[in-house]
Order: sequence, then C-alpha cells, then structure tokens
Amino acid sequence: MKPDLFEAPDYYNLDELLTDEHKLVRDAAREWVKREVSPIIEEYAQKAEFPTQIINGLAEIGAFGPYIPMEYGGAGLDQISYGLIMQEIERGDSGVRSTASVQSSLVMYPIWKYGNEEQRQKYLPKLASGEWIGCFGLTEPDHGSNPGGMVTNFKDKGDHYLLNGAKMWISNAPFAQVAIVWAKDETGRIHGLIVERGMEGFTTPETHNKWSLRASATGELIFDNVKVPKENLLPNKSGLGAPLGCLDSARYGIAWGAIGAAMDCYDTALRYSKERMQFGKPIGQFQLQQKKLAEMITEITKAQLLTWRLGVLRNHGKATSAQISMAKRNNVDMAINIAREARQMLGGMGITGEYSIMRHSMNLESVITYEGTHDIHLLITGLDITGLNAFK
Amino acid sequence: MKILVCISHVPDTTSKINFTEENTKFDSNGVQFVINPNDEFGLTRAMWFKEKQGAEVTVVNVGTSETEPTLRKALAIGADGAIRINTPATNSFSVAKQLANVAKDGAYDLIIAGRESIDYNGGMVPGMLAALIDANFVNNCINLDVEGSDAKATREIDGGKETVSTTLPLVIGGQKGLVEESDLRIPNMRGIMMARKKPLTVVEANETSKETTSISFEKPTPKGAVKLVASDNIDELVNLLHNEAKVI
Repeated sequence: MKPDLFEAPDYYNLDELLTDEHKLVRDAAREWVKREVSPIIEEYAQKAEFPTQIINGLAEIGAFGPYIPMEYGGAGLDQISYGLIMQEIERGDSGVRSTASVQSSLVMYPIWKYGNEEQRQKYLPKLASGEWIGCFGLTEPDHGSNPGGMVTNFKDKGDHYLLNGAKMWISNAPFAQVAIVWAKDETGRIHGLIVERGMEGFTTPETHNKWSLRASATGELIFDNVKVPKENLLPNKSGLGAPLGCLDSARYGIAWGAIGAAMDCYDTALRYSKERMQFGKPIGQFQLQQKKLAEMITEITKAQLLTWRLGVLRNHGKATSAQISMAKRNNVDMAINIAREARQMLGGMGITGEYSIMRHSMNLESVITYEGTHDIHLLITGLDITGLNAFK
Repeated sequence: MKILVCISHVPDTTSKINFTEENTKFDSNGVQFVINPNDEFGLTRAMWFKEKQGAEVTVVNVGTSETEPTLRKALAIGADGAIRINTPATNSFSVAKQLANVAKDGAYDLIIAGRESIDYNGGMVPGMLAALIDANFVNNCINLDVEGSDAKATREIDGGKETVSTTLPLVIGGQKGLVEESDLRIPNMRGIMMARKKPLTVVEANETSKETTSISFEKPTPKGAVKLVASDNIDELVNLLHNEAKVI
C-alpha cells in the first residue's frame, strides 16, 4: 500500500470552532492512525482479519469510552472529542471504527448509564483499557429494523435468569469477552443483560465471506439455555428506549466517522488528480474531474458543520434522536457517494489495494445499513416533522 | 537532574509557505504548527531520562499565546511543567537571551535544544544560549548519556561521529539520533488528561531589543522544466551546459 500522505481538508477553517484540547485529541488520533493503522489495514482487510495488536493503541488514544468519567477508567472528555476520535479512526478504516464505536457506545455507555455501581466498577475500567472487548446484541435474524419484535427472551428461575435466542450481525462477537444482550422478560419487556464468554450455552460463531468491514470481526450470539446471574441485569433502564439510547450515541459517532472516510477518499483523489497525466496534463485540470472534487469538498464541509453543531447540542444534552438520525443518514450517504466518485477518478488504480478508496467504499455499504438503515433514518425524520408514523 | 527542553513552534513540513504585507510577514493562515522536529527528538530523549533516571523535565518556548497548544502537547507527552516567555520569537540572539534568563533562574543541569528550527533554520540558539549561561556545549548531538554530573555525548561531524566527555551543566543542540523517529511519542489520553493539571507558566520577556529585523522574504524561483538528453548524445549535453545553462 502507498504511504499515508493524508492531509485533512478544512475548507471553512472549522478548526477555529474547536478547543486546543479537541485538536490535541484529534491530532493524536490522526498521528496514531497514520503510524499504526494505515501501514497494516489493507493486509488485514484482504485476509478478513481484525488486527488485534491495535487494541492497546486504541485504548491509549482514548477510543474506548472517551466520555466515560475518569473514575471508571474513561477520559472524561466531551462529545466533540469522542466524535473527532471516531472521525480519525474511520479515516483509517470503518471496521476499526466499528470496534471502537461498539466498545464505547454500545457496551460501556449502557453499563455506565443503565448499570449499577458494582457493574460499572467491574466492567468499565477493563473495557476502557482494552483488556476486555465487548459486543452488543440487539439485531436478530428476523428482526433488524424492527428490534421490538425480538424473540430472544429470559425467564426468572429464582437464583438466575435462563436466556434463550440468537443475535446476528454482531461486531466484535467472535472475540468479545462481554456481550450486552437485549432480551424480553416473561412480560415481554426488553432488558439488558451482561453475558460473559464462558457461560455455558453461549457461543459466538463468526460470520464469514463479507465483502465489507473485512478488517472487523462479525458474528452471531447464540444462547442455548444460558444461566445468567441475576446481578448481570442492567437495572436502571428497560424497554426499547434503553437500546435505542445506546444507538443514539453510536450513530452520533458514525456521523463523525463517515466524515473521516470521506476525507480520506477526497484527499486521495485530489492528490491523484494532480499527479495523473492524461492528454498531456494532470487530470485535475479537466472540468469533469474538478466538478467531482468541488462537489466532494462542498459536501464534506457541509457535513463537518452539521456534525460540529450536533456535537455542541449533544454536549448540552439537547441533541434529539431525530437530529442524530439526520446526521448519520446524511453523512454516510455523503461518504459513500464521495467514495464512488473518488474511485472513478482513480480509474483502474481505484479498485486496487494500493489505495484506500475501494476499501472505504465497500465498508460504507455496511455503515449505510447498520445502526439504522438509510431508509429508516429518513422515516425517523419524516415522523419527526409530520408527527405521522410511517413504520406501522 | 533538572532538564530544560527548548521547544520551537514551527509550521508542519507539509505547509504551503506564503508571505503577506508585501513579503514582510509569514502568512500563518491555514498553517498547522508542530513541535520543531529536532526539539521533539530532544524531548523524547528527555522523557527517557525522566523514566530511567528520575529527571524532572520542563519545556520552554519563546512565543505568543498562539504557541501554547505546542507546549500543551509537550506536557501531554510527559513534560512536568512548561514555561512560555511572552514575546514573539524574532531572531536567534533575542531568543537565546530570553531562554538564558529562564535557564539561569531554574538552575537546570541539562538544556536540550534542537540544533536548528525548521522554520528559519538559524541553528544559532543552542550555541548562543550555552555561551550566555556559561555552560558546556555539544552541537549536532546524536546520542547523550548522563551519569551524575558527567555526560558522554556523540556528535555528528563531517563523514563520521565524535564522542566527547563533558560535565553538567550542559547545553546540547540535538537532532535525530538522540532517539529515532519510531521512538517519537504520540500523546495518549492519560497524558492529555494529566496535561490539564500541569503548570504552564507565562513569564514576561525582560528585554525585547532586536539585534536584527527581517526586511523581506522571497521564495526560491520555481524549478524549470527538465530537458532529457540521450546517454549517447554527449555533444548535445555539452552544448546545453555551455550555451543554455552557461555553467561550463
């Protein structure tokens, strides 16, 4: 793979909207990605393997729960810092960002928000340090966009719960030590349970042959009469709103992450357009190539502003789920379109592993589907502005 | 051991260099600033002394408040404290004089400066500083060990290396070799959080006279097109060198 020459576009001097600490956090993540992710990621994506050797580094740069308070091993940073870290990691690879998103927003966040003090003390420091990796089980084979229809359930057996069911498309599942599993109790109410690897009847078969997020491990969670200790139930929130609260946090991170992938594709295409000669001049001198590049930087700049504002709202606890949906939908769509256009600009070279574009392009096919599909987010906005529910 | 690391705040090497106000001022618009690479090698070596020999490391910069993010980064990397001397860094001698005041006040045993900054490439501050505080001086330093008050330093010389013994207090002009590029540290989250609580002291410059003042800047003329001459066509090569390039 080519050396990573990435230069981040900032067309509207948006760095001026960030604090010095935001920039320090972002630049550290950016440097780390250049040093530790870029040189190896293509090889791992090609062989469809998660590079486990980067877990410590991810923890060091604060990718695991940066907004979790320091008393639980987090960094106590704000939401914009979290977003910037996700942006930089996804600039490297969406699969690596997925691992960090899941750990932060889907595992640490629910333990922090919905767990009791004992659960926080037991799990959060180990998750923040990367000693343990977690996963999140909501989606089922027959329940994707409609998670409320889940069939995974648990029964109260006096001194424990008995968990049965299956979850699908679970990032980190094959090697996670901890799973946050959403299941219905005997009354049909959804609760979160902390399931640990090694519990009898709990298996995590890997999903093979993906053409997307190849450097991220995906699997199933299968529960066959798993005895879960009662103290592993997250006590402080139940109902579908609990997992959706986690998804708000993760989708917010994805909105930032997608900008990273888009920036990498744009930067690669811009550099290539100045070097690649055809008809005796650099292809960047042709109007059709300039149109592509000009539209890319326009869309990136719009997404940066949208997302920064969302971060400010989120810092004040004012970002609504619908606002987060809009940013996730817009930014991932923006990124996938930029990846496709950038791929065209590189011609045949664009499909090779010499450049990151095709990998981003394939990764984003997952990102536009997971954590609420592109269409579902549209309907969330539709519901929000009309008050009329198009889901039912 | 008390170590003072002098940190210059310089444009990243990928920056596009432009000038404003009729070529009298550097245009910092949109330019990313970083720790001067030669200083960063020194800072990383200082971290080694801190971790292996219990040294206390302070970083110092001569500059306006715009340079503080660079000092914060040095604190996040592991320096114990930072000092900013509040005046623009205009020329080597005035910078050296400001640094000398801080160096004397703090009674540092070892002062590590980069052998030159990559913005104006003066390469004079470390030597001037050593003279001003009457300390020993090793320039172009590529390795440094300290035991008690004895130091052994290796410096790059034309075509080779020279190892010298000297004593503290010592000023070095450091460069790559003190540590390697792969040893340079990325601030980790813990470091960034701890940097919040570390002191960044601002001291006023006590003398701001300028011995030299920049009048104007000029960029090198762009390179012309390359003419390729076939390897068997020596006559044409001689002709071009003689008549066109006029170098022979």
